Amino acid sequence: MRGLVPFLASRLLRAAVALWLVSTVVFVVMRLSGDPVPLLLPPDAPQSEFARVRAELGLDRPLPVQYAVFLGHVMRGDFGQSIHFRQSAFRVVLGYLPATFELGLAAFALALLVALPIGVVSAVKRNSVVDQATMGLALVGQSAPTFFIGILLILVVSLNLGLLPTSGRDGWHSLVLPALTLGAFAMASIARLTRSAVLEVLRADYIRTARAKGVTEALVVVKHTLKNAAVPIVTITGLQFGTLLGGAVVTETVFAWPGIGRLAIQSIYNRDYPIVQCTVFVSAVLFIVINFCIDLIYGLLDPRVRSS
Amino acid sequence: MASSTLASARAEPAAPSRARRTRGLAAGGAVFVLLLIVVALAAPLIAPADPIRQSLRGRLSAPTLSGADGKAHLLGTDHLGRDVFSRVVYGARVSLLVGFAAVIVGGLVGASLGLLAGFRGGWADSVIMTLADAQLAFPFILLAIGIIAVLGPSFTTLIVVIGLSGWVTYARVLRSQVLVLRSREFVDAIHALGGSVARVIARHVLPNVLSSLVVIATLELARAIVLEATLSFLGLGVQPPTPSWGGMVHEGREYLDSAWWISTAPGIVLMLTSIVVSRTGDWLRDLLDPTLRGE
Repeated sequence: MRGLVPFLASRLLRAAVALWLVSTVVFVVMRLSGDPVPLLLPPDAPQSEFARVRAELGLDRPLPVQYAVFLGHVMRGDFGQSIHFRQSAFRVVLGYLPATFELGLAAFALALLVALPIGVVSAVKRNSVVDQATMGLALVGQSAPTFFIGILLILVVSLNLGLLPTSGRDGWHSLVLPALTLGAFAMASIARLTRSAVLEVLRADYIRTARAKGVTEALVVVKHTLKNAAVPIVTITGLQFGTLLGGAVVTETVFAWPGIGRLAIQSIYNRDYPIVQCTVFVSAVLFIVINFCIDLIYGLLDPRVRSS
Repeated sequence: MASSTLASARAEPAAPSRARRTRGLAAGGAVFVLLLIVVALAAPLIAPADPIRQSLRGRLSAPTLSGADGKAHLLGTDHLGRDVFSRVVYGARVSLLVGFAAVIVGGLVGASLGLLAGFRGGWADSVIMTLADAQLAFPFILLAIGIIAVLGPSFTTLIVVIGLSGWVTYARVLRSQVLVLRSREFVDAIHALGGSVARVIARHVLPNVLSSLVVIATLELARAIVLEATLSFLGLGVQPPTPSWGGMVHEGREYLDSAWWISTAPGIVLMLTSIVVSRTGDWLRDLLDPTLRGE
């Protein structure tokens, strides 16, 4: 376990800096946006009322104090009251979180189920028609904009073929298209990386030894190759899970999926800034926690990374 | 950590015939981008109609050579009777303007910070590189959404936000190049002879990283174009009636069932642009700078 503690400490520091950075940007942007008080009061409210609300929100205090108070609130998950829902912004966001988790997990599972077999087959049957077709498709999947993949799926699968619903969250069949859309990028990346990881191992000396011993090709792939190709695949796959969260905003908007991404966009339209800030922050925390866990797993699996 | 595995996992030796093919493909990609620039610049000459002029009688017309107004609408008209083909042509202006401007902003910021980190070292280096790590540890689109939500969408906000989302790669490449050169004797000799840091940067750092910068900028251009379209699709980017590809896909969403061309025409052009530009970046990388693989 030598080296694991400093490795984790540096990762923890990075996570803390990232969170601090996000909250600072949120604070600065909020202050840049001007005085929020006129948004909260009717335009004909008396001057004394403005002063009272300003004092209540702490806006009459010097900026450094406001900043410290803000950081304190953030750490306690206090983002103020939602203007639209009339309750704690944090509680509202927590209520929308399960739908996002469901979508994210489904997208991730779908991506893995499709990408891993494709990657292995492409590597084993290198340069075959299957390899070239799937890798070509993967390249498209990696650079096509997520929202347009969603629109195309709605157009073809829902409207033309009438197979699946276009939007909403109502049973497993409303989950398929959003999960496919959100998972498309991860699917493409995982398939390509699996292919190259397996190819790398297939070139190794011990594979040649295994073949020379007369081990059957199927056993070479299953027993000798997959095990050794697993470490890079696990890492990259884990990192993809974090990026899924970013894509959720777009996918949820396209499919009217009631998760925190769609909540954020709607709150922007409603000018409900406490909710917007809270979603940005909650997703940041989630993303950072997930990445930290992956680093942890990776550090345990492969001692070499701890030194880098 | 992950990048080193990635690099070794991806590296495949390129045969000479493959190099020739890659060169051809990269040239093809460059021609595509040039064509797009020409279309954007000459939009008023190419577009058959005013992209924002509405026509209530000619609403939701399917692609046709002789529409209700007697004119051809190659890609049909939208829900306000505007010519979709003309809007797609004008949309190239927005995509390229925001895309190139964002690449320049990101490149300037990233390059300056990378040079600063490399030459100064010490705490400046630690601060800049920690910032870079922190930014990569977070899906930037969320922060972009938060910033634009509060500041309000405008061309400037869009360019700055998209540009700043991509500074890290430039900074890393320049920093590592400076670190490599700083330890070399001839750099010490230049300093000893009274040569300035600016001279070292201009004569020795930049020429060495030029090909890397071209590759990064190409990949960043694809990313910036897609990010602009995504933000416009979410209603946070370019505001109507200015035609942008992402905004057009958004406008056509409600009419997917009856008038599929409103969304699909700009969407397919966007997808094609994104694929060709990012593949061109990949091909350029294979040609110019194989060490960048996995960045």
